[in-house]
Amino acid sequence: MRRLLGYIGALAAILVFWELAALLINSPALPTPVATIPLFGQYALKLAPDFAISLYRVVLAMLIGTALAMPLGLVIGRSERLNTFFAPLLYLLYPIPKIVFLPVLLILLGLGDAPKVVLIALTIFFQVLVTVRDAARTVPEAAIISIRSLGAHSFDVYRHVVVPACLPELITALRISSGTAIAILFFAEAIAGSTGLGYFIVDSWAMINYPRMFVGIIAMAVLGVLLYECFDLLERRLLRQKAH
Amino acid sequence: MAAEGSILTFQGLTLDYTSAAGSITALSGVGFDLQKGEPLVLIGPSGCGKTSTLLLAAGLLKPTSGSVMVDGAAITRPREATALILQEYGLLPWKTVFENAALGLRIRRRARAEISERTLAALAEVGLAQFAKNYPDELSGGMRQRLALARALTLDADLLLMDEPLSALDAMLREGMQDNLLKLWHARGHAQVLVTHSVEEAAFLGRRIAVFSARPGRIQAWVDNPAMGELDFRSTAAYQDCCQELREALRKQSQYEGVSQEEALHA
Repeated sequence: MRRLLGYIGALAAILVFWELAALLINSPALPTPVATIPLFGQYALKLAPDFAISLYRVVLAMLIGTALAMPLGLVIGRSERLNTFFAPLLYLLYPIPKIVFLPVLLILLGLGDAPKVVLIALTIFFQVLVTVRDAARTVPEAAIISIRSLGAHSFDVYRHVVVPACLPELITALRISSGTAIAILFFAEAIAGSTGLGYFIVDSWAMINYPRMFVGIIAMAVLGVLLYECFDLLERRLLRQKAH
Repeated sequence: MAAEGSILTFQGLTLDYTSAAGSITALSGVGFDLQKGEPLVLIGPSGCGKTSTLLLAAGLLKPTSGSVMVDGAAITRPREATALILQEYGLLPWKTVFENAALGLRIRRRARAEISERTLAALAEVGLAQFAKNYPDELSGGMRQRLALARALTLDADLLLMDEPLSALDAMLREGMQDNLLKLWHARGHAQVLVTHSVEEAAFLGRRIAVFSARPGRIQAWVDNPAMGELDFRSTAAYQDCCQELREALRKQSQYEGVSQEEALHA
């Protein structure tokens, strides 16, 4: 409840700031919220499918990236030998901004969902891989020895100790990278294809329909807040369990 | 105690660790024989390989040479009826008290009803039944210690291995927990190996006490303590004598170490 009030307050502050900035700058490229918000109703139907497809792409990509990176990160983190082999590879590949592969992916995978999903999944993959690997390396040895003395084999060690120990870090990584994921989504949708919020925004831009463009921008912001809040909720639930 | 035959035998055991700094001999020529139902204590300075001895007995480490036999068979991996309690207890903070205690039975894929029954019985035995739904962080140090004990109890172990299980507790609580360990040992009749730094704890809980020396770890002396076993043992002369004997053995050993260090300096 307090959280909701906080959000409403923040939203009001942003709107006031936006209104003032729009009045001050006085350019058609920055319409006032008073002019923009009523358009939401007008464009809602037009916007809904684009919102849905953008949400679908980013969620699917995060799922795929996590599903591939998590097991790999756990195994590499728990094996000194594998880590020695993979660490240099990771350090070389991790810092590369994956967005630069967009042209390659567009040529190889076309203009549909595939290149966008792959690009976001690629970014999430490395983020999760590095985070989970680091978390897996620092699992307390006492917990592992203790469960092994109970007769646990690898599977049980992962299930009862390593995975739960890494879960909070995983969720944090996903929460932090959800912003990057949306940024990449916008870029990919803006450059290629004719669907999604990214396209909606640049399409409005091309039509010089700035209020419509801002409706798209707000929708994208809502998408970002939605994802972030989902992970934040998950994280706090997990942390509460861990702390108490 | 229905004590017949050996439960744990170490023979000419040597353990080398290889690390970045080279090879270190942690244990050298350690041999002893533990009878079923017998309470044994290992005492000695830090780094004398006491913990390694427990990990070897639990089947979690392989000896470089020599052998470890548990209940008549060479041990190569953890055994069902051996329970190990580590210094940090190995409790999982993301599991409830109940789930922590039930972990051994879960791993053994026991039926749900059996897990529930035996876990609740073990928690009741250590006085934690009403905390089943709490998390370990919500427990005091002594309660966490009892939780680790409850996990071991669910296994119906005939061999209980404990690595300084009471070292994190304050002095008052410590004597109470020593009493609890003694009562449990009487009730259950398991053989136990307790590693400790404390002379008083060794004298109270060990029928035989092995005094270890450090680097490489080996058994320097044995102290027999046949009169132990009663809760009021601490007020007897036999207890005082045993403490005295242990202190002398430990002092002799540290003098010996001092000499060898001097020799090393002059060499």
